[in-house]
Amino acid sequence: MSIMKEAPKKNTFLAGTANYVDERVGASGILKEFGRKIFPDHWSFMLGEVAMYSFFVLLLSGTFLTFFYDPSMAMVRYDGVYAPLKDALMSKAYETSLNITFEVRGGLLMRQVHHWSALLFVAAAGLHMLRVFFTGAFRKPRELNWVVGFVLFVLGMAAGFTGYSLPDDLLSGNGLRIIDGMIKGVPFIGTGISSLLFGGEFPGHVVIGRLYALHIMLIPALILVFLAIHLFMLIIHKHTHYSGPGKSDTNIVGYPLMPVYVAKAGGFFFIVFGVIMVISTFFTINPIWNYGGYDPSPVSAGTQPDWYIGWLDGALRLAPTGLEFMIGDYTVSMNILLPLVISLVFLALVAIYPFIENWVTGDKREHHALDRPRNAPTRTAIGAAGVMFYAVLWAGASTDLIATHFKMSLNQVLLAMQISLILLPIAAFYVTKRVCLSLQRKDKEIAIHGRESGRIVRLPHGEYIEVHEPLDPHDLYKLVDYKDYKPTVARPNAQGKITVAARMRASLSKFYFQDRITPATKTEIAEATHHAHEIEAQVQKAIESDK
Amino acid sequence: MNQLRRRINGMRRSPKALGIVMFAGLLVVGTGYTTVSAAVSPDREVVRTQEQIDLGKKIFLANCASCHGKNAEGTVNAPSLIGVGEASVDFQVSTGRMPGAASGPQLEVKPVQFTLEEIDAMAAYVGSLADGPSIPDAAYLQANGNASSGGELFRINCAMCHNAAGAGGALTEGKYAPQLMGSSAKTIYEAMITGPQNMPVFNDANITPEQKNDIITYLTYLQNNSSVGGEELGSLGPVSEGLLAWLGLLGLLVIIAVWLAAKSN
Repeated sequence: MSIMKEAPKKNTFLAGTANYVDERVGASGILKEFGRKIFPDHWSFMLGEVAMYSFFVLLLSGTFLTFFYDPSMAMVRYDGVYAPLKDALMSKAYETSLNITFEVRGGLLMRQVHHWSALLFVAAAGLHMLRVFFTGAFRKPRELNWVVGFVLFVLGMAAGFTGYSLPDDLLSGNGLRIIDGMIKGVPFIGTGISSLLFGGEFPGHVVIGRLYALHIMLIPALILVFLAIHLFMLIIHKHTHYSGPGKSDTNIVGYPLMPVYVAKAGGFFFIVFGVIMVISTFFTINPIWNYGGYDPSPVSAGTQPDWYIGWLDGALRLAPTGLEFMIGDYTVSMNILLPLVISLVFLALVAIYPFIENWVTGDKREHHALDRPRNAPTRTAIGAAGVMFYAVLWAGASTDLIATHFKMSLNQVLLAMQISLILLPIAAFYVTKRVCLSLQRKDKEIAIHGRESGRIVRLPHGEYIEVHEPLDPHDLYKLVDYKDYKPTVARPNAQGKITVAARMRASLSKFYFQDRITPATKTEIAEATHHAHEIEAQVQKAIESDK
Repeated sequence: MNQLRRRINGMRRSPKALGIVMFAGLLVVGTGYTTVSAAVSPDREVVRTQEQIDLGKKIFLANCASCHGKNAEGTVNAPSLIGVGEASVDFQVSTGRMPGAASGPQLEVKPVQFTLEEIDAMAAYVGSLADGPSIPDAAYLQANGNASSGGELFRINCAMCHNAAGAGGALTEGKYAPQLMGSSAKTIYEAMITGPQNMPVFNDANITPEQKNDIITYLTYLQNNSSVGGEELGSLGPVSEGLLAWLGLLGLLVIIAVWLAAKSN
């Protein structure tokens, strides 16, 4: 602190420069504000960081690729080094992608770096979302930041899909054709939107250029903006921390950004970059040369989208057949509309979940200490059901590979997945909820009666007891520090009416909290301790008399 | 000079010497074997002599007639073989698909049950029953055609079942199109002209013998050249890539994150 009071020396270059910058932009104030931000330490807080770093890698490798890629759909004859495509007719976009792969120095590595980091970006963001969900980090004041994060996840999917289409090979063309089909399946406006997007009938001559504009300008710019908002809100709200002794909703325990986290995070960026480089060096991703240029007539077996679009592809595959019906001359394609509606509803539920839970609990307090997943059994169970629903749709995108690799019938795999899509989330909900409640009961038991010591004592009157050891207060804290919500009842409003919304809220509240386990209270623990002391005294007496 | 000799003697006694000699020996034997077997098999022609036909009939009666009928006329369990040609017999038996182990959605590839002479004899016998597709001309099996046009033909005619990279794919009710990365030129050609199991026939009017050679050239290129980008992950496309991205990439980074956070405590 005393260092701050001394005037900076002006005769050294570093001090002079620092002073120059400080006098003009107030750098010391900024550094003081940000440098002192406290961040708690836990591995699960680094998942968002992984996503952010892979986004930086995406920006760097993507810029390299733009130097050599031409998004033109003009047809050319291939004259490059890859023999099995010699003289093949293909678009300029595919030709330049092949040239990046085979002729630009470091091009193939950069393509693979770009693609692998894209997969990692969305995967890390997804895992980060799951961490935030299951620990309740989305509660007040962070509801809006959850929505911003959700938008980032959807933007990541959009960035990935537009990029997937750019090489204009058979695989990406097949993917676009599916999107075209989905758009055309939307009643009334579908056909119009499709010809607007493709500039006429699929595939047209413009779509690659348009997707390129979205992929390298609009979507990355939006991701950057939302990333900035995301981080800005993180600074405003401060980071959450796990509950523990001395950690509560009113404080934040951790290390300052400067110098600990700046060094750590900087190092972690290079680790992420390094891991991506290693994987990209040794593992092929999207071997576009195998697929050939896009031609609407062939379709390859095993055509799948990248993983983050997989669940949507799965939804299409799992849609039951024969649901289409006619209105006059118009076919309503339920096989497309049903998965489309289900996917959109699922996404919407994810986006608004914090508001639903907040409405149900009616909790207006700020929460900075995270929940252990078991201490919010209904939320954890809903999350597990959601994960299961997503996972079945996701697996649905690879029904063909599951059938061939496990030697099963494709039809039966499909049927099994259709049934699983409905049954497994329900099963996941109940199993998870019961597991959470049991864990809570176990915690409560330990909090009240202490740990089993394995010490068996026979009392003078012949009774055998096991002595329980009281818990260390630090361990006890973790077991009893959680919020207890009671189910609310619907109350009449000012007009004396019980509204439908109030009834709904009451029944949701019942659904959430009716079978809750209350945390062990101080009285309960004190009583139990008292009881334990009595037993201990008896035991001691018995030992004494034995002597 | 003496010094050099001593150095050589020293090398001979070094523990590495045994390994090097074994490696060299294996290399010579291995390459020798593949060259010889490659040189032998495409040239094998079925010459329909009466002697061969008689031998073939004998083997047929002993091994095949229980399902295909004593005169190859077919039974409820198996189709008639009259008119299926030598190529069918050669394809089914030389890949181990026939004799079938069990009835199922599709005959599985398994170890070959007969010698080349026996297969030739059976082919000659079935071929003698009625005309059908015969063993392909070795001239079209040299993989010396145009890989580029072969690739295009493959994507248009074959990739929807066999996958653009020849990795195979699923069909309905447990049937499947097998992967082609281990198939010889002859089996590929025979499959096209006989249409085994669920595969359609691509006759010479449909895809000319020269074009078949082009397709074989393309597939041979894929068989002989592994991916320039590193490990191929089974050429299965985005599914295996996604698996690696989650388990390999993200999994590794989570482990590193756990390690980083653990260090401070």
